[in-house]
Amino acid sequence: MEAIGQLVVILGTIGVVMVTVLLHVAYLTYLERKVLGWMQDRMGPMEVGYHGLLQPLADGLKLFMKEDIIPSGANKIIFSLAPILSLIPALIGFAVVPWGDGQLTIPLPWIGDVTFRPFVTDLNIGILYVLALSSVGAYGVLLGGWASNSKYSLLGGLRSAAQVISYELALGMSLVGVLLMAGSLSLVKIAQAQAGGFWHWYAFALPFPQIVALVLYGIAAVAETNRLPFDLPEAESELVAGFFTEYSGMRFAFFFLAEYANMILVSCIATIVFLGGWHAPFPFLDFVPGIIWFLLKVYVFLFGFFWIRATLPRLRYDQLMTFGWKVMIPLVLANIVITSIAQYFWMN
Amino acid sequence: MPGEYVPQQYLPILIFAVIAAVFGLGQLLIGSLLRPRHAYRDKLLPYESGVQPFSDARIPFPMRYYVIAMLFVIFDIEAVFLYPWAVVFHSIGLYALVEMVLFIAILLVGYVYAWNKGALEWE
Repeated sequence: MEAIGQLVVILGTIGVVMVTVLLHVAYLTYLERKVLGWMQDRMGPMEVGYHGLLQPLADGLKLFMKEDIIPSGANKIIFSLAPILSLIPALIGFAVVPWGDGQLTIPLPWIGDVTFRPFVTDLNIGILYVLALSSVGAYGVLLGGWASNSKYSLLGGLRSAAQVISYELALGMSLVGVLLMAGSLSLVKIAQAQAGGFWHWYAFALPFPQIVALVLYGIAAVAETNRLPFDLPEAESELVAGFFTEYSGMRFAFFFLAEYANMILVSCIATIVFLGGWHAPFPFLDFVPGIIWFLLKVYVFLFGFFWIRATLPRLRYDQLMTFGWKVMIPLVLANIVITSIAQYFWMN
Repeated sequence: MPGEYVPQQYLPILIFAVIAAVFGLGQLLIGSLLRPRHAYRDKLLPYESGVQPFSDARIPFPMRYYVIAMLFVIFDIEAVFLYPWAVVFHSIGLYALVEMVLFIAILLVGYVYAWNKGALEWE
């Protein structure tokens, strides 16, 4: 009986997470077009539904009904599996993201009381798990680009892989400062340690505020998700669409889905690690449910993605790689050394 | 007890991965019943700006990518060492601090060497 109860809890939370993420991905595409439209003094999508609200459904249905083209000379098995290899890590990364505190006990007939908690699972190596998955996601891109038998795809895949691994170093090491202060890799524990007002959030907390690390993380996250101004792997003006040039229909949609799910995931991680997760900025605002604060902070990051895209022109590839290796890595290393020294004196 | 440890926290991840795979493959399967299939030779040609593709698409690519991959391995291993160090820093104190500053210093020597050799330049 207990095992069935646990299974119900696991399946229930996975269901909630999947539906939430997929809905967010769908409406993120809509929101991006709207925000970009407004920033360029346009209206964005207006035709399908009230102010274009049904646009994501129309897009999804269209992609679903499109022909699935596998180019001649492509490696069929790898070509068809690469999008799924990209999609799975992007989705299951959300397994360790906590969106609130407390628990909810519901009595179920036949099974008994089951206790739901606001995360799928609490790994003691949560951050390492998320970083590992983001590395696995690069395989989908690289294999998809290689298997397409197209020059644009191959170049796009290579560029993407080189860019992702370069910026992943900065992304991973920018989190070490917070780990030093928190003493844990579990996202739940890190978020819980930041209760009691924004001055306890690691971006602003003593002994050494991680605000620089937050900025570095933000830059690395934009590069990691292949977004403008770092979207060289899919630069329209030179590589057509990069690694997914040859993809069509649902397989194309999976790459798209993975990119947007990754955007949400890196925003969630930034929220939990640097900005206190579900905690309110002031203790007197604690009556507002944690999930609202969590989503608000995530939306701020996502809006930042759109804003940067609308504002900055694309970099050149050599600038991108040089920036990653010669600016980001020394800065994150310096941040680690300074934080560890500050933390040492703080402890004594 | 060796052999008796069941990593229970990882079970939900396995289930999640299976559900995500079923979600992806299922959509492709259902879609394959509905979508059109009108393939002909010209449609299946790889895209090359509207002209017939010439030469093999698996072109040789620059050595730079290998250099970047090797540097990545070195720095990534360093990052992997940094995580456990950061987690236990509270309980070890000064020893951990000195050790890691030395570790990063040794790595910096290699980093400066790679920089001087031009491994970080991209043409």
